[in-house]
Amino acid sequence: MAVAAVKTYEFSPKDSQDKFPAPLLYIGWEDHLLFCAPFCVPLPPPMIFGDMLKGPLAGMFGYHPEFAKVDWDKAEWFKSGKPWKPDYTKSLADNGLKHKDVIRFRTPGLTGIKGSCS
Amino acid sequence: MDMKVAKKLGLKERYNLMTRDLDWEPSYQAKEAIYPFLEYEGIKIHDWSKFEDPFRLTMDAYWKYQAEKERKLYAILDAFNQSNGHLGVTDARYINNLKLFLTGVTPLEYMAHRGFAHVGRQLAGAGPRVACLMQSLDEIRHAQTQIHSMSNYNKYYNGFQNWRHQHDRVWYLSVPKSFFDDAVTSGPFEFMVAIGFAFEYVLTNLLFVPFISGAAYNGDMGAMAFGFSAQSDESRHMTLGLEMIKFLLEQDPANVPIVQRWLDKWFWRGYRVLTLVAMMQDYMLPKRVMSWKEAWEIYAEQNGGALFADLARYGIKPPAGWVQACKDKDHLSHQAWAVFYNYGAAAPFHTWTPSAEEMDWLSSKYPDTFDKYYRPRYEHWAEQAKEGNRFYNGTLPMLCTTCQIPMFFTEPDDPTKICYRESDYKGDKYHFCSDGCKDIFDHEPEKYIQSWLPVHQIYQGNCFGPDADPTSPDFNPLMEVLKWYKLEFGQDNLDYEGSPDKKNFEAWRAQATKN
Repeated sequence: MAVAAVKTYEFSPKDSQDKFPAPLLYIGWEDHLLFCAPFCVPLPPPMIFGDMLKGPLAGMFGYHPEFAKVDWDKAEWFKSGKPWKPDYTKSLADNGLKHKDVIRFRTPGLTGIKGSCS
Repeated sequence: MDMKVAKKLGLKERYNLMTRDLDWEPSYQAKEAIYPFLEYEGIKIHDWSKFEDPFRLTMDAYWKYQAEKERKLYAILDAFNQSNGHLGVTDARYINNLKLFLTGVTPLEYMAHRGFAHVGRQLAGAGPRVACLMQSLDEIRHAQTQIHSMSNYNKYYNGFQNWRHQHDRVWYLSVPKSFFDDAVTSGPFEFMVAIGFAFEYVLTNLLFVPFISGAAYNGDMGAMAFGFSAQSDESRHMTLGLEMIKFLLEQDPANVPIVQRWLDKWFWRGYRVLTLVAMMQDYMLPKRVMSWKEAWEIYAEQNGGALFADLARYGIKPPAGWVQACKDKDHLSHQAWAVFYNYGAAAPFHTWTPSAEEMDWLSSKYPDTFDKYYRPRYEHWAEQAKEGNRFYNGTLPMLCTTCQIPMFFTEPDDPTKICYRESDYKGDKYHFCSDGCKDIFDHEPEKYIQSWLPVHQIYQGNCFGPDADPTSPDFNPLMEVLKWYKLEFGQDNLDYEGSPDKKNFEAWRAQATKN
């Protein structure tokens, strides 16, 4: 048994997808720690990846003076830490994103406030 | 006529009569039925009488001694309160340390009371049962004296009024809360190692020194008085924790790997909770005592190092996360305060950027890291705030499944990269801030898939009041969550600059010191 207990202890997980309005996606921007941690947002699976960049991501990261300089064609993406190439014209679901996946992007040439990765 | 005078009992005899002598062998119930939790953790105890209570305290002596201490404590508190002692603190930023302590730590004292009462019932030896009873009483007294001593601040400052309600709800308070919930839902032996040893012995100085010395340095006689009152109990708790771990290690060689795993786990969990203390020390005390890094070097590296050298003869190694924790000392406080600066709208205390002079102090204490990685961040925020563009992060952060802290910790060898770890369990993904938190999950996943992660709970719709209407067109989910926290927007939260606390403190102090 995967827990020390006096008798059987098995329950459904607290954070299964059925409990949320939409699957959760975690998103981080590398080298920009002005945002202290990656974000967690529920996003509808039919949303087009490119629309996510213009909509929700602009809302999350827009405060940073470098966000306006991001060239999405040059952005490098990672999923669970491994290099990954999303198709901006396809939906989140068609890009293979599932509940509680974690993705992050690196924007070469942009290294945060005064190059401090902030 | 000859008088027959009974000889006064010696200390040892008294102790035996009033503690172990009160124990008895059951005749009509099996021992396993009376102590049902002794076996399932895998710990083997052969002879309970080998447990030596290091203090040999009896209930009557305890009562007398503690009553005397509390009389003194309340006399000091009365004097402090009646002389408007709160106006003598360095500045009102200091008071935010008390808010953090009252909401985050005081409820843990109460949980420790419950934990030791439970364990005191479950251990089969009379010696440790009595020792746990005393500690259980200490802990509830500490909770009470803390509440009393801080209640005076609640008359004048914001953010104190809903501390108990908030402990069970507010996002960062789930960090200390889940730490203790994890401990009290463990078996009795794990609890003793977790709280009695890993927390009370290995880490407690790192909590007490900044808080109590911080109070003294910043003119808070009230908090200082309860700290001193608690200190003599704390030394007893430390000794009990150490005695318990030695007892477990000496009873059976099969106990050693189990105890080692608990040490790895609870050192790491305790260390993660101390994140809050690190930022208190470097950013929240207007008059600093010492830096977090200096405190870590003295109380963890030197004292802890000597302790683990001593335990090596039992086959115990320093906790698995030890090396990483020592590397983090240059970064922890700066990264942690940045989290609260980000989410300063969602916490019932105030945040601020350090002044120019305070940044110089940080540079001098952290010559290898502050200017390179953190000064640009804080200076940028300060400049933006001056221009009326104070940063409040409006999107919820990703949390670690185990410690429940936003995922802000960086890779042990690269302070520019967030540390991401993950595990798959029964078809779902779980995320962690560190190897330490991932290892804890991987060993007992069924426990941690039940984590009440505040961010996820908000998205599940479980953190709104009964009158909230998510279908209404002007529904603002974050404001509804703050209402559910009982946080008064614009009063309890946001920047220290412009806060009613700052304004009031300055006006009252001017009245007290000027004509």
